[in-house]
Amino acid sequence: MIVVRNLHKKFGNLEVLKGINCHVKEKEVVCIIGPSGSGKSTFLRCLNRLEEPTSGEIIIDNIPVTGDKANVNLIRQEVGMVFQRFNLFPHLTALENIMLAPMKVRKKSRKEAKEIAEELLAKIGLTDKKDAYPEQLSGGQQQRVAIARALAMKPKVMLFDEPTSSLDPEVVGEVLNVMKTLAKEGMTMIVVTHEMGFAREVGDRVIFMDDGCFLEEGTPDEIFNNPKYERTRAFLSKIL
Amino acid sequence: MRWDFIIEIFPKLLRASVLTLELTIAGISIGIVIGLIASLMRISGIKLFSVIAKIYVDFFRGTPLLVQIAIIHYALPVIFDYVPVAIVSGVIALGINSGAYVAEIFRAGIQSIDKGQMEAARSLGMTWGQAMRYIILPQAFKVSIPPLGNEFIALLKDSSLVSIIAVEELMTTGRLIMGKTPLVAEIWFSVAMLYLVMTSTIAVLVNYVERRLQIGDSSQKSA
Repeated sequence: MIVVRNLHKKFGNLEVLKGINCHVKEKEVVCIIGPSGSGKSTFLRCLNRLEEPTSGEIIIDNIPVTGDKANVNLIRQEVGMVFQRFNLFPHLTALENIMLAPMKVRKKSRKEAKEIAEELLAKIGLTDKKDAYPEQLSGGQQQRVAIARALAMKPKVMLFDEPTSSLDPEVVGEVLNVMKTLAKEGMTMIVVTHEMGFAREVGDRVIFMDDGCFLEEGTPDEIFNNPKYERTRAFLSKIL
Repeated sequence: MRWDFIIEIFPKLLRASVLTLELTIAGISIGIVIGLIASLMRISGIKLFSVIAKIYVDFFRGTPLLVQIAIIHYALPVIFDYVPVAIVSGVIALGINSGAYVAEIFRAGIQSIDKGQMEAARSLGMTWGQAMRYIILPQAFKVSIPPLGNEFIALLKDSSLVSIIAVEELMTTGRLIMGKTPLVAEIWFSVAMLYLVMTSTIAVLVNYVERRLQIGDSSQKSA
């Protein structure tokens, strides 16, 4: 589903990604953990070219993402993204937030888009908030709407960039539950997270990222219970 | 004060005020269109476009409107050999001049929108143009309303400058009446009052629109 070969990203002289290789299968849930500044978010943002990779190759669903000929807008339709700070559109209601991209990008009729949006709102349990503006929603509700907004494009892959890091602790669960449901339904997901419980429970594979490299990867059991590297162990001991 | 004289010239001044208002509205309308285009060119990331937009903005903000009016009404007709019409020259001068200020207002408005908004829109597969149109500009426009109101008021006052090319708006009409009577104070205080009434009315209207838009923002509703 996703193939990454020798991906490098430099900001000026600072090398943030130092040759990443990665292969994600369909329906796989990959969790990326690691200290801040290790390049987790940058890696994720390269996958839909919100960051321009310096070199390397990315292929998603057999479509090349990198290279001059790549149609970025087409790839982004297949790759949903959820941001740490939600980034809902404040001038639109929850329903309109979800409807906009299907209408403007997928060229669905207003009626079709509304059906998609209402179905998704029901799924995330926010049907009664459909006419609310983002400001009127709690952080957890906003993030659930943001997930629904991405899902409305019927993407093949979902990228989550620390989706619970700016949430109050008591609403983290409701967002993780939506993500768990999604994983169970077979969505291919890459999740950058600090929620080790989620990574352990839902992740098919956990990658420990450090200093621009994938230092160690394996099943949650291997990474959390039997890490090979001292760096991984040190990180986990601090965070668990 | 000769109140009877004021009452006598009042209808004439009122008609001239209508022309002042029309000139200003035409000017700001052109200004908004040009300003929108120039601000988008400026932030487009395309070097040629942004340089052209910057030169335009710098020229029209950096030279006096009075000189711009003279260039448009006197200099350009000589260069391109045509007969200028005063009111057209006036509207064009006001429009191009305000466009430069409006461009900066929109640019500031667009840049004040969190960059996560553009990223979220693009991540959904929208093109830059779609993201601008549906996500960034509606928000930027709302932020821009108070400074646009100020620009409208400034332009209304600056429209008095077109009196040098004899467009018969409020200022010119005042001068024409002055030529026929010694009652100078009556004329100019009346003219000033009419300008004041127009600018105050616009200020109230802008305020009203601003408050109405905030309701859509929901901050009032949830309170």
